[in-house]
Amino acid sequence: MCLILFSIGIYCILVKRNLIKIIIGIGIAEYAVNLFFILVGYRAQGRAPILAEKEIVQNMVDPLPQALILTAIVIGLAVTVLIVSIAIRIYEKYGTFDITKIRRLRG
Amino acid sequence: MNPVPLPVTHNLLPLFVAIPLGSAFIVSLLGKRVKGFSDTFSNLATFSLFSISLLSLLLVKHSGTVVYKVGGWIPPIGICMVLDSLTSFMLVTINLIAFLVTIYSIGYMERYTAKWKFYTLFLLMLAGMNGVIVTGDMFNLFVFLEIASISSYALVAFGVEHEELEASFKYMVMGIMASLFILLGIAFLYSLTSTLNMADMSRALAKIGDNQTAFFVAALFLMGFGLKAALVPFHAWLPDAHPSAPAPISAMLSGVLIKALGVYALARIFFNVLGITATSSSIFMVLGTISMVLGGLLALGQEDIKRLFAYSSISQIGYVVFAIGIGTPLGILAGLFHLFNHAIFKSLLFLNSGSIEYATGTRDLRKMGGLTSKMPVTGYSSLVGSMSISGIPPLSGFWSKLLIILAAIEAKHFIFAAIAVLVSILTLAYYLKVQRLAFFGELKGSLKGIKEAPLTMKLSMIALSIICLLGGLLLIPGIQKNFLSLATEVLVNGTNYAQIILGSIK
Repeated sequence: MCLILFSIGIYCILVKRNLIKIIIGIGIAEYAVNLFFILVGYRAQGRAPILAEKEIVQNMVDPLPQALILTAIVIGLAVTVLIVSIAIRIYEKYGTFDITKIRRLRG
Repeated sequence: MNPVPLPVTHNLLPLFVAIPLGSAFIVSLLGKRVKGFSDTFSNLATFSLFSISLLSLLLVKHSGTVVYKVGGWIPPIGICMVLDSLTSFMLVTINLIAFLVTIYSIGYMERYTAKWKFYTLFLLMLAGMNGVIVTGDMFNLFVFLEIASISSYALVAFGVEHEELEASFKYMVMGIMASLFILLGIAFLYSLTSTLNMADMSRALAKIGDNQTAFFVAALFLMGFGLKAALVPFHAWLPDAHPSAPAPISAMLSGVLIKALGVYALARIFFNVLGITATSSSIFMVLGTISMVLGGLLALGQEDIKRLFAYSSISQIGYVVFAIGIGTPLGILAGLFHLFNHAIFKSLLFLNSGSIEYATGTRDLRKMGGLTSKMPVTGYSSLVGSMSISGIPPLSGFWSKLLIILAAIEAKHFIFAAIAVLVSILTLAYYLKVQRLAFFGELKGSLKGIKEAPLTMKLSMIALSIICLLGGLLLIPGIQKNFLSLATEVLVNGTNYAQIILGSIK
């Protein structure tokens, strides 16, 4: 599942010509990685890792990946905001989202 | 461990991240309102960072590896920061360049409107880089890496013109791919070892032994960090991104960012965490050599001065990776020495190109000529930089290249050594081209009215060229022992890293 999502994302980045579609591809690939990280910490019939009194929680899911992914999602948000704003600026300058037409740099 | 009689203790470590982060915050708050504040304050911040990085060098020499436990949690549960001799070596390099670059920016950045924004992003990038260097935790490394990368994406687009935006977009897409690969690699490693602490991870990996997942992880990291280091199959973003940024930032990006995020992280993870094997060492060597040759060949054909320097960066990074890949103590020593030298002379050259652009308004080599007569400081310092990078004997670049070639011969890689010599000649060729077209010859009519760059810009260029001239002194046994060899030992010791780190936790 993650692998499929990741491949779709990478495919979008590599093949699509539209800036916005590339950004969406990045988003999909990012979520695939996040999902994979969550799955690393998953256990079948796991419970939320909350320690309560009198109750010994067994079979917890690993809480660490969840915390990590929270950070990764925030980073992803920042990256997406920046890349979208740059895409908007590009649209203002070039008047197009097509990367084949945005070609000033060579070599 | 002996008690530390020095006034500084391990509490020094978080300052490397805290100072730039805090000053970025303050600059963004006050820089807009108080005139000249952002200049003074950022320079103060980078100067203090440089001084404490020198202090850290003393500290490591005195009391060995220092571990700082963030928030008092004991690793491997908590996050730790590690200061060993490799770290302090990298910290000195980064903060030295950062300090000189901020001095330079006082004059240079007058052309742009929002100076305080520039300084804020600059300091954030510095915080990220220092963080990558000091951290001892895998995920923490990823977070700092992203801080540094995101601010560098924004800095590349700082001019908000056609080229800058396009370069920044390209750079971002590549950078994000790299980060995703790294994150995926971390996820696999975590599932394999159930820990994120680098030292603990390396211990767990040693217990598991050789397996497929570890190999896959190595491939992912090689792709991720290779993209950040701009090794040749992954280099496409660099020649666009580096020239588009303002000159001080090009100096930072080419001088230290690709090294801190790319080469340092690669070396740290492959040597200290995964453990270097014959396969990965030969992959390093092959990638390094390809980068050397291709970067050099592509640089030869460039007409844009900054673009030429950017391709030359790829070529020089190839040298560093190749030398580290040899894996012998001499090779690693040579690699680190070349890394330091390259940081110095490449920043010098980018600053030179900045002052040329400042004075003449062009980056096209064909439109320049005879600049030395009008801009003596820029002219002569770039002569020093070019000669040093192409390996003319008394200058620093000669010694490190000599060492790299010697190390290759010592390890019986004769073909690689021959290629390294040839690329060195190639380097000389394209730097002679720069010198001939830009600085010697007749002054073009359109350039009669140009003036030398302002004082602050001259100051940092002169400082860098002096370091270039004196760089060879680092090889004198006494200095070498304290600065380079100690850093080399960390990598040579490889996976002993785990014992050292876990041992120094009380």
